[in-house]
Amino acid sequence: MRKTTAPSSKLSSRQPPRLAALTFPAFRLHTWRVNWRGAVSVGGFLLLWELLVRFGGGGFEGIPTLAQVLSTFWNKYLTSDRYWQSWLVSFERVGYGFSLAQLLGIPLGLLLGTRRVFHEVVYPLVELLRPIPPLAWVPLSILFWPTAELSIIFITFIGPFFIIVINVHDAVRSLRKEHLWLARSLGATRGYAFRRIILPALIPSIAVGMTLGIAVSWNVVIAAEMIASDVGLGRLTWEGYVSHTATTVIVGMISIGLAGYLSALVVSYAERRLMPWHKVT
Amino acid sequence: MAGATTQLGPHASFPNEASAGARLAVRDVSKTYDTDGASVEALKGCSIEVEAGAFVAIVGPSGCGKSTLLNMIAGFDTVSGGEIYMDGRLVAAPGLPPRAGPDRVVVFQNGALFPWKTVLENVSYGPVRQRTLTRKQAENKAVELLRACKLDAVAGAYPAQLSSGMQRRVEIARALMNEPRVLLLDEPFRAMDSVSKTTMHRHLLDMYRISRKTILFITHDLEEAIYLADSVIVMTTRPAMIKLVISVKLQRPRHPRILFSREYLELKREAAESVHEEARKAFERGEREQA
Repeated sequence: MRKTTAPSSKLSSRQPPRLAALTFPAFRLHTWRVNWRGAVSVGGFLLLWELLVRFGGGGFEGIPTLAQVLSTFWNKYLTSDRYWQSWLVSFERVGYGFSLAQLLGIPLGLLLGTRRVFHEVVYPLVELLRPIPPLAWVPLSILFWPTAELSIIFITFIGPFFIIVINVHDAVRSLRKEHLWLARSLGATRGYAFRRIILPALIPSIAVGMTLGIAVSWNVVIAAEMIASDVGLGRLTWEGYVSHTATTVIVGMISIGLAGYLSALVVSYAERRLMPWHKVT
Repeated sequence: MAGATTQLGPHASFPNEASAGARLAVRDVSKTYDTDGASVEALKGCSIEVEAGAFVAIVGPSGCGKSTLLNMIAGFDTVSGGEIYMDGRLVAAPGLPPRAGPDRVVVFQNGALFPWKTVLENVSYGPVRQRTLTRKQAENKAVELLRACKLDAVAGAYPAQLSSGMQRRVEIARALMNEPRVLLLDEPFRAMDSVSKTTMHRHLLDMYRISRKTILFITHDLEEAIYLADSVIVMTTRPAMIKLVISVKLQRPRHPRILFSREYLELKREAAESVHEEARKAFERGEREQA
């Protein structure tokens, strides 16, 4: 009996648990910090561009300088409603396409990973369609969809769609069966185990699919906006190309780069919210 | 066995005697896998009787089918032959769908804490899912249990933030939270360095002393098995069969200093000799070639 008195006396004087006080010290809010090295590298890249075009000669001769691009931007686009509308419209299209890709791609990946017969029937088709560049879909898309807007959204959808399907599919196949076993042995029903064990276990792979997918959505925005559209960052770049205005092309390129970067920030914020257990530092 | 009969009063955060260890009977159990037409015999005619509250270790070479046996007892896998009983109740037989339950919880080799749940959520998971406690009650009980296991400081942490030893301790706590009658440990300390291992051994022995569960502990480490268990079952390579049962009559509670006692060393020497003898016989009979 002597052995048990020590621990039980300690527990008898217990207080109600204070959960807030139990929070692990390493779990703190992410504080925003300026990445000076990154800023220097971007600045260095712009400087290099300016210098190469001015003094590099050779292939650089035809390329506008940074100063020329900035001045075009300042005079032609900064106060142009059409330019800023392009931002909004492109964001909207990419947003629709990307979200649809998640909404349809995640369940398809789940089905492919969990249903054997479904996998045998559908997977070869996915593998056949996957390598087709989104640009190749443009003519058929125009023929099929009743409006240009729908065709555009279809193109921004098809890019990230297969990425998310493959990511989820692979993730389902590499799920750890121990998690499912344990959930079942601890009392979870089959349905509950599916929703609350398989899905959270897939979130990291879904997140990877999202990170890659958002970039691809922006990659295909020019192909998408070639389709009879008067506004959009892709359209702007395309117009710059057909009218041989290199400065406009570069304004479009930088705009798409920035838009993609901003979207990636949003996606990575969403990922952090979805996976609080990941990278808690 | 000293450990099985030590009288301990009900502990505030541990189940009382009513839910202590169960008697476990594995009778002539075998397992055959059918993969692509070829059938592989993983386990053959395995019979083990475990007294209620006993600590039994199963030792065997890696990949010999020890985990298969454990998964069948846990209800994760079907048996191809024989029966498994818990306190006289049939839990597994051929044709019976495998049914896992909170009365026999496994702690896995690589750990299976849910990475997306905090320590507290992991530990309170069982009773909440079984609806035996409300979330609030389960969390209170989990906090108590974590405190008794000296894990309360990490209750809000995610598993990835903890060392592997700490993770395994949380897993043992999660298992105990369900008041299982049999605790199944599948090489839980395999990947640990010897210092952490020693700490984990002490922790497990403490948990065993307080909770009085029946424990089935799988390992490939003979010394670990002798130090922890009341009896050590030595298995052969595939198809796994029981070669030898070593009865360990060391006093409980066990302390690391036992590791240097003459009794332990003597036992270890004898065990090692018979294991090597078995290995030599097996080698001479060419049994390894079948593996």
